[in-house]
Amino acid sequence: MPRKILETKKLNAFYGDFQALFEVSIDLFEGEIVSIIGANGAGKSTFMRSVTGLIDKVDNEINFNGLSIKNLRADEIAQKGIAMVPEGRKLFPSLTVEENLLIGSQTKRSGPWKLSSVYEFFPDLYDKKNIPSNLLSGGQQQMAAIGRALMSNPEVILFDEISLGLAPIIIKNIYQNLPLVIKDGMSAIVVEQDINKAIEISDRVYCLQEGRIALTGGSKKLTREEISKAYFGM
Amino acid sequence: MDWVNSIIQGVLVGGLYALFAAGLSLIFGVMRLVNIAHGDLIILSAFLGLTVSTSLDLNPFLSLIIVIPAMAILGYLLQRGILNKTLGNDILPPLLVTFGLSVIIQNSLLELYTADPQKMNAGNIEVASLSLPGGLNIGWYPLIMFIISILIIGILQFIFYKTSLGRAFRATSDDQEIAQLMGLSKNHIFGLAMAISMVVVAIAGIFLGVRTSFDPAAGPGRLIFGFEAVIIGGLGNLWGTLIGGIILGVSQNIGAKINPGWQILAGHIAFLVVLAVRPKGLFHRMDG
Amino acid sequence: MKTEYKVIQSSNASKFSSMIALLIIICLFLAPWWAGRADIRLMSEIFLYLSLASLWNLLAGYCGLVSVGQQAFVGFGGYMLFALTIFSGLNPLIAIPITGLFGALISFPIAFLIFRLRGAYFAIGTWVVAEVFRLSFAQIQSLGGGSGSSLPVAIVKSIASSKAMRESLIYWMILSLTVFILLSVYFILRSRRGIALIAIRDNELASESLGINITKSKLFVYIVTSGLTTVIGALIFLQKLRISPDAAFNVNDWTAFVIFIVVIGGIGTIEGPIIGVLVFFVLRETLSDLGSIYLIMLGFVAIFVMIKAPKGIWGYISNTFKIELFPLSRKLTKFKGE
Repeated sequence: MPRKILETKKLNAFYGDFQALFEVSIDLFEGEIVSIIGANGAGKSTFMRSVTGLIDKVDNEINFNGLSIKNLRADEIAQKGIAMVPEGRKLFPSLTVEENLLIGSQTKRSGPWKLSSVYEFFPDLYDKKNIPSNLLSGGQQQMAAIGRALMSNPEVILFDEISLGLAPIIIKNIYQNLPLVIKDGMSAIVVEQDINKAIEISDRVYCLQEGRIALTGGSKKLTREEISKAYFGM
Repeated sequence: MDWVNSIIQGVLVGGLYALFAAGLSLIFGVMRLVNIAHGDLIILSAFLGLTVSTSLDLNPFLSLIIVIPAMAILGYLLQRGILNKTLGNDILPPLLVTFGLSVIIQNSLLELYTADPQKMNAGNIEVASLSLPGGLNIGWYPLIMFIISILIIGILQFIFYKTSLGRAFRATSDDQEIAQLMGLSKNHIFGLAMAISMVVVAIAGIFLGVRTSFDPAAGPGRLIFGFEAVIIGGLGNLWGTLIGGIILGVSQNIGAKINPGWQILAGHIAFLVVLAVRPKGLFHRMDG
Repeated sequence: MKTEYKVIQSSNASKFSSMIALLIIICLFLAPWWAGRADIRLMSEIFLYLSLASLWNLLAGYCGLVSVGQQAFVGFGGYMLFALTIFSGLNPLIAIPITGLFGALISFPIAFLIFRLRGAYFAIGTWVVAEVFRLSFAQIQSLGGGSGSSLPVAIVKSIASSKAMRESLIYWMILSLTVFILLSVYFILRSRRGIALIAIRDNELASESLGINITKSKLFVYIVTSGLTTVIGALIFLQKLRISPDAAFNVNDWTAFVIFIVVIGGIGTIEGPIIGVLVFFVLRETLSDLGSIYLIMLGFVAIFVMIKAPKGIWGYISNTFKIELFPLSRKLTKFKGE
């Protein structure tokens, strides 16, 4: 029985007085890929931000490897082994590609990912390693952002809308590589607006609607109808 | 010849002004904080150097052994204890808190040392001069001060662009949130940045204290010189700040040559002219 | 019965307080008859600081323009008063409003320069401008150069024949100016332009996208504030009878204390400076013997307030009891119709 690596129990999250998540309970087991889908504003990114410690006001539980991380700072959570590929890539514009990757290793966690292994996996990045990161194409930036997250050798890696703003062929390329990237014992949560990609890549799926979980189940087991209903709240 | 001498003096003092500016610029670059008490911290370093060198009977430059770590620790604690709490979207808190700090430092120095001007004694080096062809005389002390200023700016550039700490500074400056996601502790990074700034402040303070007399109220004047050098040179560029300091120093000396009472005013006017025609500074790399 | 809604701006608390305010103002105008000379002087000082604080608050708290250089206009007003009365023979009472005009005019080129700076750099820029004023006026020998000059007795006497009358006249001018400034600030903020300012303060980007011209609004406030600060300066030095560059352009007297008053009282509120100035003067009367220790304490209190209670005393009261004496927020209330 694979162990539970990350879980939220009835998570509430607030931006000031505005409540964005209502009693969201999501589990992630070791080695699996879970996807979270939902319309814009459904709370997907809020969920990711809550887990990584960027939301100040959260209620109830967030547990990682059995320990509560609810009150930890974002940098402490990164240290513990949760990494994120943020929405919009968000590479550091003042840093070159290689420097961006090196920042990823700031946590000094040990593991298979280091500069040489990242370059092996993404040869394009090696060619461009001394170029300021904001001069890269969208697809290359996405690779760099993924590489940066990998450099911290995390146990859990979160992908927040990595297909946003990219050409279909690039998206296809990235998703083909994804399972290879997270072998070696990593677990992943993928937030996606593209339902097809989300279903294809993941073992289980959660659908958020206006801050609540509207549906969950095995990715290949749920029907199109069920998903659409939950997605649009009908 | 007199004029050439004046201009050379202006260039050399520009190095000191660049040191004033470098500490200010660094902090702004990393955390968008402008420390209104910056000048007062320079004067504090000078007084610290005075106390250390007189009570331990040391050459003022040797007092740096104590003053530098003392100011660095003070800077780190100040940042983590008070200044970090003011950072955010509102510009008022950091401004008003550092203004309050300025008042506290000035008046504390006044209580401890009285308003009398002080000066540190470094011995012969203060009057030794280098004779150059054409009747030019360059003081060894201003020359050494200038060279060390260039060295320090070079070291700061190195730290910023070639070390992992500098990488952390630049990343945090780009995007505080994402930097946190990468495991960088914002509070600690800002504390370190302030500590480094205080190291530069300490050195600038001792240089100042040997070069000229100083008193508790001299802080704001130094802040303004540093600020003018930063604006003339352009935000985000340390070498530009050096040029800015030089332009400021030269303007002041030219003004003094015309009329001694116009020295500082001439510097202000040079600053205002640059502000009018090249508001982003001569070599700007960053927006305010 | 249909329920209709209307938007009101006043509340019971504000209506009550405006009546009390009116009574207080009338009492204050009658002060020359019930207060001693020393008290009149003290009250004049309090009003002058209240005026300076309200204007600084308008600039900083509402427009986000933090100036640590308003002393430029205070000193400018003093010097213009001396210049106009000494060189042009104008009666001081006429010269005073004219200084305001000059102050407003000179604020144009100043704004042209310093509006190119943002945030704390803008603040230091205002300080540089004040220093330029100080150094420049120290060069003007006809006004006493670096050591300054006194207002000739003849000019002083031209205000009124008796000393008592002179003091009363100056006091009334100061009181009128203070009331005028408080009401102006209130009406500017109530107006469309004022709502725009509050919107800018809350979110510059959003207000810009709604078509509010930020620069024009801020410029307008800067010019008005500068003009009025200049008039305050003229009145300050009319009372002091003597001016010098260091006194005229003193950062401590005209900026540090003012900032303290606004911060402690409550920045960004009209009531704040009123509370702040009262606290400041109570502290000053009880503690000023301590000299620089007093200033150190002020510094610590200001830092403490900024970190722990950034909205100041009035902010705390206003939030806790939900009252506004100068009503600025608009409330929706039910109004029963036919």
